[in-house]
Formats: sequence, C-alpha cells, structure tokens
Amino acid sequence: MSKTAPKTYITSGHSGCAGCCDAFAAKFTLMGAGPNTIVINPTGCLEVMSTPFPYSSWQVPWIHSLFENAGAVASGVEAALKALGKKDDVKVVSIGGDGSTMDIGLGALSGAFERGHDFTYVCMDNEAYMNTGVQRSSGTPFDASTTTTPAGKVSFGNPRPKKNMPAIMAAHGSPYVATTSIGFPRDMIRKVKKATEIVGPTYIHAQAPCPTGWGFDTSKTLEIAKLAVETCLWPMYEMENGEITQVRKVKNPRPVEEYLRAQKRFKHLFTMEGGEEEIKKIQAIADWNIKHFELQ
Amino acid sequence: MIDPAYRKKMVVVEGSYAVAHSAKVCRPNVISAYPITPQTHIVEHLSQFMADGEIPNCEYVNVEAEFSAISALIGASAVGARTYSATTSQGLLLMHEALFNTSGMRLPVVMTVANRAVSAPINIWNDHQDAIAQRDTGWMQLYVEDVQEACDTLPQLYKIAEDNEIMVPGMVCMDGFILSHVYEPVVLLEQDLTDNFLPPFQPEDILDPEDPKTFGAFASPDTYEEFRYLHEQAMQKALPKIEATAKEFEEVYGRYHGGLIDGYMLDDAEIVVMAMGSILGTVKDVVDKYRAKGEKIGVLKVRSFRPFPKEQICKAVKNAHAVVVLDKNISIGTNEGALFTETKSCLYNSKVRVPVIGYTIGHGGRDIPVESIAKVIEETKKVAKSGITIESQFMDLKEELL
Repeated sequence: MSKTAPKTYITSGHSGCAGCCDAFAAKFTLMGAGPNTIVINPTGCLEVMSTPFPYSSWQVPWIHSLFENAGAVASGVEAALKALGKKDDVKVVSIGGDGSTMDIGLGALSGAFERGHDFTYVCMDNEAYMNTGVQRSSGTPFDASTTTTPAGKVSFGNPRPKKNMPAIMAAHGSPYVATTSIGFPRDMIRKVKKATEIVGPTYIHAQAPCPTGWGFDTSKTLEIAKLAVETCLWPMYEMENGEITQVRKVKNPRPVEEYLRAQKRFKHLFTMEGGEEEIKKIQAIADWNIKHFELQ
Repeated sequence: MIDPAYRKKMVVVEGSYAVAHSAKVCRPNVISAYPITPQTHIVEHLSQFMADGEIPNCEYVNVEAEFSAISALIGASAVGARTYSATTSQGLLLMHEALFNTSGMRLPVVMTVANRAVSAPINIWNDHQDAIAQRDTGWMQLYVEDVQEACDTLPQLYKIAEDNEIMVPGMVCMDGFILSHVYEPVVLLEQDLTDNFLPPFQPEDILDPEDPKTFGAFASPDTYEEFRYLHEQAMQKALPKIEATAKEFEEVYGRYHGGLIDGYMLDDAEIVVMAMGSILGTVKDVVDKYRAKGEKIGVLKVRSFRPFPKEQICKAVKNAHAVVVLDKNISIGTNEGALFTETKSCLYNSKVRVPVIGYTIGHGGRDIPVESIAKVIEETKKVAKSGITIESQFMDLKEELL
C-alpha cells in the first residue's frame, strides 16, 4: 500500500453519532473499492444518517431499497450492468449492518451468492439492531445485554453465541470471504480492494463497535475494535474458496475481561452473582478462536 | 369479418407463450422472476428464449423468491435497464413491500400478473384478489380482457411507465388460467412494429459512477409528503397518456382494446354492466342476447384500475338507469368488491345520480355462467325501476355449504 491514504468517497457532515462505527466502515470500504463503485445499502443507521433528503454524503452512485433485499438489489444492479455492457468498469458493493445481513436479509443474500453475482458484500457488524435502539440480532455475542435480551435477575443477557456468518458465506462457494475490523483500517481497505477485484460474490465481515449500543466513550471506537482482536474475540482471517489462507496473529492475547469491562453491555457480568463464571465462558470462546484459527 | 390478410397473421398459441413473446419483443435488459402457478409458463417460455439466445442484451436472474425478483428489478431499473417480471397470488403478495419501494423510487418496472386467488384456503384458480390487494402500492394496474390484449398492453405499459413525466411502474393484470393457459388465435407482436412503437428506455436519472446520484434517500416529515404528492401527480398524468398510447398503438398495429375504459353497446344503454378482465367476454355474449330482444343493455369495461378513471366512468354511466358492478374480489369488512366501492365513490363527487349495485363473483376460479349474468341484469332492471339499491352480495353462494 502507498503511504498516501486512498481517497474516500463519503463526505463528512452526515448525521451519525460521534464516534460512529458505520461512518468508519463506509469510509474504509470506499477507500478500498474506489470511485467506480455503485453502493447498495440496506436500511439501517448508515442509510438514515448519510442521506437526509435533500442532502447526501455519497460521492458514488448509491441506492437504498429495503431492509431485507440488498443482496437481491445488488444482483439486479450487477445483471443490469452486464446487460448494458458496463460491468467491466464498475464495481458493485453492498454495505449493510448485522441485522440486514445476518437476519432479515439472509435469504436474499444467500440467493445472490448462490447465483454467483459479481459483487462484494460488506457486513458492518455492530452486534445488535442499533438503528431501532439496541435490540438483539444473530450477531449479538453471548451474554451481551440488549433491549430485547436485557440482563436481569435471572438473565445474563443474550443466551446464544454469534451466528458464524463468514462460514455460512464461505459455504456458498464464495471465492473470497474475510473478516476484518474498523480498528485496522489498512487491513480493511486491503481486503475490500482484494474482494472487489475478485470476480464472483465476495464477503467481508467487519467488526464495527457502536459507542451508543455498547456503552463506551465516543472517542474509543477504534480502541475497542482493536481490543476485540487483541483478546481474540474477533479473529481476523481470509478464506479463499472455502479454505483459510491467512490469519492475523495475536502474539500476546489479552484477557477478555479487559474488553468486557470497557463496555456497558457487559457491565452486569461484573456485578451479578455468577458473573465470574460467565466471563470464563466468554474466555473459553476466545480460547477456542486461538486454537481453531491458530491465532498464536 | 376478419380481413383475410390479418387472419393470415394469426396463430393459435397458449396465452402464456404469447405474453412471453410480447415481453421478448419489448427488448428487456433484465428479467427476474420466480415460478408460481399460473404464471409459470410465462417465465418458462422466457427462459427458453434466453436459452436459445433470442433475447439480446438481456440477463435473466433466477431468483430464490418473488421478493428478490422485484428487488433485483429495482436495482436493475435504477441502473437504466428495461426490466420485466411476471407473478401472481402469493408471489405478488410476497412482493408487497418492494412494490411500494419500486413506485416510491419511481422506477418504471413492468410486470404481468396472472391473477389468482390468495390463501387461505389455498387455491390456485383465478380471481382478482391478489392485484386488488396491491391497489395502494402506487403501481399502475391495467386489466385485460383476452390474450391479444394481454400481449398488446405490455409495450403500451412500458411506453407509459417510462415516460419521464410519469416514471411509475405498472402491472398488466390477466386472468390466471382463463387467459394464461388458454389457446386462442392471436397475432404475435412483430419486432419491427414494436421497435417503431416503443423507444429504448432513456431515464433521466440512473446509478452511474460518472454522475453519482443517491436513490432511495431518507425523508423526514419536512419532505416526505411532497414525494407522495408528486407520485399522485404522476398517476394523474398517466390518465391521458394511457388513452393516447392505446390510440398510438392502434395506429401502428391496427388493434384497439380501449384506453382507460371501453364500451360495448354503451352509448344508449339503460342498464350498464361494469367489470374488469376476461369476464367481459361472457357479459358481452349475454348482452348480445338482450340486444337481440331490443333491450338496451351495455357493457363498461374498466381497463385502468390504477390510475382510476373517475371522470371517464361518470361520463360513461351518466345516462344509464342503473349500473351493476361485477367484482372478482372482496374487501372483507365492507361486503363489497373494490371496483364497486370506487365507482360509487367517484359518482358521489359528481353530478351523475345513477343507482349502482354490486356483486362479488367468481372467487377462487368459480365459473360464472351466462345464466348468472342474466340473473344479475334482471336484478339491475328492477333497481332501475325502483331506484332502490341493495347491499352488495356474493353471486351464486352455495347455501348448503355454509
């Protein structure tokens, strides 16, 4: 990569919260994809904050249709570019949150990948439905407190682990699936660039911490993102044709407690009886990642 | 008497084949559809055309559901492609949310709907409930009477939808099975005539990196209402355009099926039977018998249900003694079919004072025999005399099943 950062194609002046992860994710995605890109954005924070009519932060052609159809809209965009003889020059990139990607839009996304459309899907995973007020998604991690899985007298929060979305997308026969994090902009830009240059449906799963939903200071977004990687709760790897081909090593993994303690959504684990046991379970997830992805 | 030269052009083909052929000669760039009875044959024929390389510059997207079929066309249309789909019943209902989105973004997608009843109970046969349930989605809806009209209306609807003053999507509603699966003589649309009639799609705004634009933005209470107003205005502009396009079509192809509405024995009619779709053929047969006896019965075909031709309907029935509306649908909770309700609604705001009665008929493919139409006409004659209108009712209910 050159020392000069690539230009991005999303302007400031949007109405995102201070420290917004989506703004970072969109920015890094476009830095990787470049100006010859059509962006498809399902409903979510990013769409709402970047296009309050008559304003728009997008300096590339951009379309938002619905919450659950970005995969299908991207299919149509790609098919039309092909039919009109424009596909060679233009990249098609969809940027969606975990709700639209992993839950309501999974059917349309699966269809698009199975059909082999040439586009890149970037999931900015902030681990809950932030646009509607921090409700659980299938990307919400184990024991996180959300407004629909709140911690309470008999609950430690979300009772299930995250859905393994990268594995699902790789299982579609995607030529390229990668995880990344907005805490590592160079990594994200490189992976998006690589994904958009590969022909076929490619998928990037980006960790995107949300200060509002997770409960941390707005200046700490990138710091928290880095901490997730350093505690091995967010392994960063690339998969080509279903095989893991590259892993970002974590030499000295930090205890998950550091990551959990920094966020209000896990606060109950430090105050409730039995919280220590729960933290051990989360440490076990990180330990499994270390072993499975050979992070060390 | 059919001109022998014209007769020579006629072929007997399945309705679905004829419609698929029509879609083909309209030169779509992206077709996206999911098979569902009784639309299936349309998309199968199109798939075969694709497999035989007969549709140039076109991509066929074999989606995993109707919701994605319409969503793919949203993306494709926004890039500047002419787009086509066909669906029916549950498939059309599955598209519901995206139908609003298509029209709200003012994307002129065109679709054939092979009308079918909706679940539950599941039923695959014809009525109009599926399309009527989409009446507020902001799509144009043109209902056709026979296969020839189903074919001929496609290029007309593209021309109307893609007019830069309008830019509203539209559906050609044809009765499932009755028209989609019937073999009848038709003239398949000629490519050269269609190229002459239907210019290439040239939208003013598209998704293009050379000139980036934002589609489907977020609108606050400050701006949202104006989008709705402009959408309604576009529909109003479509009213004269539908009329004009039907006439232009006639000039090029020599066939006319009506514009917004069409009349049969209507000018001096004392009793008017109003309906949409293939039932009109049966109604016309019954009316012929009445006319042979010297009774002044006429038929008002409503071709455009959206936009709704209020003015034309008021004018068409102003001299009638009574009007009866036959609806292959019901808005449950009103005991009325939609055409009946809307007809009464537009008459109320006019100076026309005609008694109007309604029947909801032919649900789930139930046959509508000529005897029943005659019975309806007899009831309407009574209303014409008494001036007393009656509650809308189901036709030919089987009391023993209740």
